[in-house]
Amino acid sequence: MTGFMSRIDWLKAAPWLYTIGLFVFWEAAVRLFSVSQIILPPPSVIFGAIIQYWPAIWKNSLQTLYTTTVGFVMAVVGGLALGLLIGWSRQIYAGLYPLMVGFNAIPKVAVVPILVIWFGIGTIPAILTAFLIAFFPIVVNVATGLATIEPEVEDVLRALGAKKLDIMLKVGIPRSMPYFFGSLKVAITLAFVGSVISETVAANSGLGFMMSGAQSQFNVPLVFAGLIMLAIEGIAMYALMAWIEQRMTGWAHRSSTMAG
Amino acid sequence: MQPLVQIENVDMRYGGADGTLAVTGLNVKVEKGEFAAVVGPSGCGKSTLMKLVTGLHIPQQGQVIVSGEEVTEPVSIVGMAFQNPTLLPWRTTLDNILLPLEIVQRHRKRLRRHRDEYVAEAEKLLETVGLKGFGDKFPWQLSGGMQQRASLCRALIHQPELLMLDEPFAALDAFTREELWCVIRDLHQEQGITVVLVTHDLREAVFLADKIFVMSARPGRILNVHKIDTPRPRDLDVMYTTEFTEKVHELRNEIAEARAVA
Ligand SMILES: Nc1ncnc2c1ncn2[C@@H]1O[C@H](COP(=O)(O)OP(=O)(O)OP(=O)(O)O)[C@@H](O)[C@H]1O
Ligand SMILES: [Mg+2]
Repeated sequence: MTGFMSRIDWLKAAPWLYTIGLFVFWEAAVRLFSVSQIILPPPSVIFGAIIQYWPAIWKNSLQTLYTTTVGFVMAVVGGLALGLLIGWSRQIYAGLYPLMVGFNAIPKVAVVPILVIWFGIGTIPAILTAFLIAFFPIVVNVATGLATIEPEVEDVLRALGAKKLDIMLKVGIPRSMPYFFGSLKVAITLAFVGSVISETVAANSGLGFMMSGAQSQFNVPLVFAGLIMLAIEGIAMYALMAWIEQRMTGWAHRSSTMAG
Repeated sequence: MQPLVQIENVDMRYGGADGTLAVTGLNVKVEKGEFAAVVGPSGCGKSTLMKLVTGLHIPQQGQVIVSGEEVTEPVSIVGMAFQNPTLLPWRTTLDNILLPLEIVQRHRKRLRRHRDEYVAEAEKLLETVGLKGFGDKFPWQLSGGMQQRASLCRALIHQPELLMLDEPFAALDAFTREELWCVIRDLHQEQGITVVLVTHDLREAVFLADKIFVMSARPGRILNVHKIDTPRPRDLDVMYTTEFTEKVHELRNEIAEARAVA
């Protein structure tokens, strides 16, 4: 008995146990207070809905995963490029920073109608919304990594005749990589927010579209089924980014010379 | 013979015409092969002096001449080390030491084809500073003192004529510091390299240097130059002679006075 208990790695098991605990609590609370299914369906009903509507849920989940991933990849490429550009020159930094802050402050749901006018209802606005929302944290992080090169390192290299490009290649870019990979976790989560917003407002497929349709039919269990699928996709992508971060920049977690 | 480093009547002001005047009327001469130390109150412009000699800053007035040429841009005949080891954490110790070779024009072209040669050179340096076999470790696997040794190797790998050290031992414990004093002393002795050492530790200055420049409070200028004639090779024991202690005392008083004037 004790032998079995002590063989369980409680730290590894904790996420699963807490998740199960949340669902059990939820189920019990809904049943105990007899909450109406229109307001909050219990997990058992939600899972029933997932099984019942599986073909539609699967199709729409793939669509959302697709728009999110494409938008995210664009954000990575664009964010990395702009981050390097901004980090390269103080003047570009000074010029673009307020513009970007202003742009980031615009609620992206307000941009979707414009994207629909330009590209029509469907996949492209969802991809672009995911891109627009995910791109900012990547830019800021890459630029921060470049902007915080220790002046002494720069001095050592400049005294040897290093040009700006040398310093960027040898120090700036490797140094900003932990910031970059760290920002991916935030960016992927935001990308889901973006694609689902756009799908909810202006699309004919995707989880956002499915949930808004289910909502208008008061099919609340299906709405929650969509939310659960989103959560699962979000966790999976987040875990993937965390894994990539760990693989690519293990040194930053070890070294105390850098607050990465 | 012309001195290796010659600073003549230099004024250096940070941040435009009405910025901080860091040094003024600065005059320094360091002969080839000489070991010079610079001491002075905090903030008096010692690091500024280093940056002037290496060409990281160009003075508004006066001239800095290194190796017979006026400095108008960074001069790659110097190696530098600071209080902070500043090793790049994503590179192994060996790759950190080889970094200058990827920058200095005359080496970077040869590096790819003659890499083995350079690696052997780096390993020899590692051995000199007592880090034999640590080349494949990452900086975060080394102690602070070991990182500082590695940073010395990095300063030396491209065989500079001039070694500029800005308080390189300040963050180390007393024993490690004395050990590294001996390392520097021997490097200077064996390779005939010219050294300029900025330090707050007067015993360090008297033990290592041939010539000690005492600077005034900001705006810094040279108040006095002390020649240290203690014969070489010097043993750590010279620090317990009365002569040594008196010199340290004298310097201490001069700096205390310089601070009081400020
Ligand atoms: N980049 C800079 N911009 C503006 N002022 C500066 C800059 N660097 C140094 N100063 C000023 O110049 C003066 C000399 O600085 P410096 O770093 O040379 O002093 P230091 O003698 O090395 O001091 P410490 O002993 O504390 O290292 C200081 O008063 C400082 O305020
Ligand atoms: Mg200083």
